[in-house]
Amino acid sequence: MYDVNKVRADFPILAREVNGQPLTYLDNGASAQKPQAVIDAVTRGYDNEYANVHRGLHYLSNLSTDRYEAVRGIIARFLNAGSEDEIILNSGTTEGINMVAYSWAAPRMVEGDEIVLSTMEHHANIVPWHFLRERQGVRLVWVDPEPDGSLDPAKVLAAITPRTRLVAVTHCSNVLGTVVDVKTIVAGAHDKGVPVLVDGSQGAVHMKVDVQDIGADFYPITGHKLYGPSGSGAIYVRAERLAEMQPFMGGGDMIREVTKDAVSYADPPMKFEAGTPAIVPTIGLGVALEYLMDLGMDNVAAHEARLASYARERFKALNWLNIQGDAPGKAAIFSMTVEGGAHAHDISTILDKKGIAVRAGHHCAQPLMEHLGVPATARASFALYNTEAEVDRLVEGLELCHRLFS
Amino acid sequence: MATEAFEELAEDFEFLDDWEDRYAHVIELGKAMPPLEDALKVPATKVDGCASQVWLMPEIENGTFRFRGDSDALIVRGIVAVLTRLYNGVPVDEVPKIDAAAELGRLGLHEHLSAQRSNGLRAMVERINKLALEAV
Repeated sequence: MYDVNKVRADFPILAREVNGQPLTYLDNGASAQKPQAVIDAVTRGYDNEYANVHRGLHYLSNLSTDRYEAVRGIIARFLNAGSEDEIILNSGTTEGINMVAYSWAAPRMVEGDEIVLSTMEHHANIVPWHFLRERQGVRLVWVDPEPDGSLDPAKVLAAITPRTRLVAVTHCSNVLGTVVDVKTIVAGAHDKGVPVLVDGSQGAVHMKVDVQDIGADFYPITGHKLYGPSGSGAIYVRAERLAEMQPFMGGGDMIREVTKDAVSYADPPMKFEAGTPAIVPTIGLGVALEYLMDLGMDNVAAHEARLASYARERFKALNWLNIQGDAPGKAAIFSMTVEGGAHAHDISTILDKKGIAVRAGHHCAQPLMEHLGVPATARASFALYNTEAEVDRLVEGLELCHRLFS
Repeated sequence: MATEAFEELAEDFEFLDDWEDRYAHVIELGKAMPPLEDALKVPATKVDGCASQVWLMPEIENGTFRFRGDSDALIVRGIVAVLTRLYNGVPVDEVPKIDAAAELGRLGLHEHLSAQRSNGLRAMVERINKLALEAV
């Protein structure tokens, strides 16, 4: 039995007040709070176990390296990667996708080649591809979501042409909460010989992910959304693709040998990890993922599904509230507008006064906002520690917004 | 002593004792303010540095500062309306001497002082001061 109150007790920040009200933290889509175990690991990392990794032969360097390298295995287990050598540690999904653009896509794409994207991608899964459009004449081919916010895999696959070199699609929309059937998309794209990048920034937070089952070629994740420290993250890259990738950033740690005339590289994944990494945040991420696996991602997903269906039920009674996206099985992410002229910033300002944290704006998904025809929304995104009582508090806050603004 | 219009506003706010009432009043002030014509919502009048969109249109005559403004967010529109009462009718050389944060504090809108970046109060006041200085 999932005991949400026990879970909440693991997150010290949830006990604080904001504006004289108990904190109701519903901005998890932007970044999640950290359990005590992660906070302790970060503190321990600095106060007792810190040194650079992979370099020294002294005691602390070895300890730090052991702790850091263990995280690769933890991530491989979390994503069910075939091998921990397919896990590249980095600062998160943005870096992961940029690396794919520079290391894998740019060297193999020419003018007129195509990348298929959904309209509901986050800017992190758009802008790196725009770079290729600007610099190399690559064409971006967009697939719109259905009116309910779902993404039809058949439409994604129908957008593939002989010039398609990559499909890049989110596992879970950060605005609509739509969970995309990436397995079907990957299978269909692979039939046509096209690799697929699945943006796991939100998906890995809300459900159990098996990258081998999905078949993804690239699956980036973001540590700070996974209850780990900011500055941590990783990307799963299938061994086949890893072998095709050129180094991205050059520097320490990624080399075998450097002379005045030549350079040879370390084997993957080190080949793609230049410079001193975010050592302690990465160690913290390992602890966060262990925490999630101890809870069980299926249990987390079930808890969030209960919250989502309760929230949908409560929102239904508010006939002045518009929720963007109602795809079956959507994650507990609700982008809202209130009828009566209130701007998303108005809503978030009033909710903040009630101690409720939501995000207001375009959510780094401007093409989607344009498609939806709304300039901005207020987004409530739930996490494993949120409760039905917090849904009630949100509804009260929204009712106050409706009273004030209509 | 601020303008008469602002002092009247401060008196109104004295009767509002909780934040909901103060916000409701700010929102009402925003709703009552005539909107800026779309033709005037151009890059030149737009104030950068606000989370929502804000436009300020100066109307300075004979050394007296006046402006009109607008925003797509209702609370920010209300703050613009408050600022019109604070600044309109003030001699241009007096405009930069006004401590807008302190004056809004008198209305009990303190949180707008700590959240200056997000609601753009600072950016609006900077724009007002710049417009006044250009007119001196």
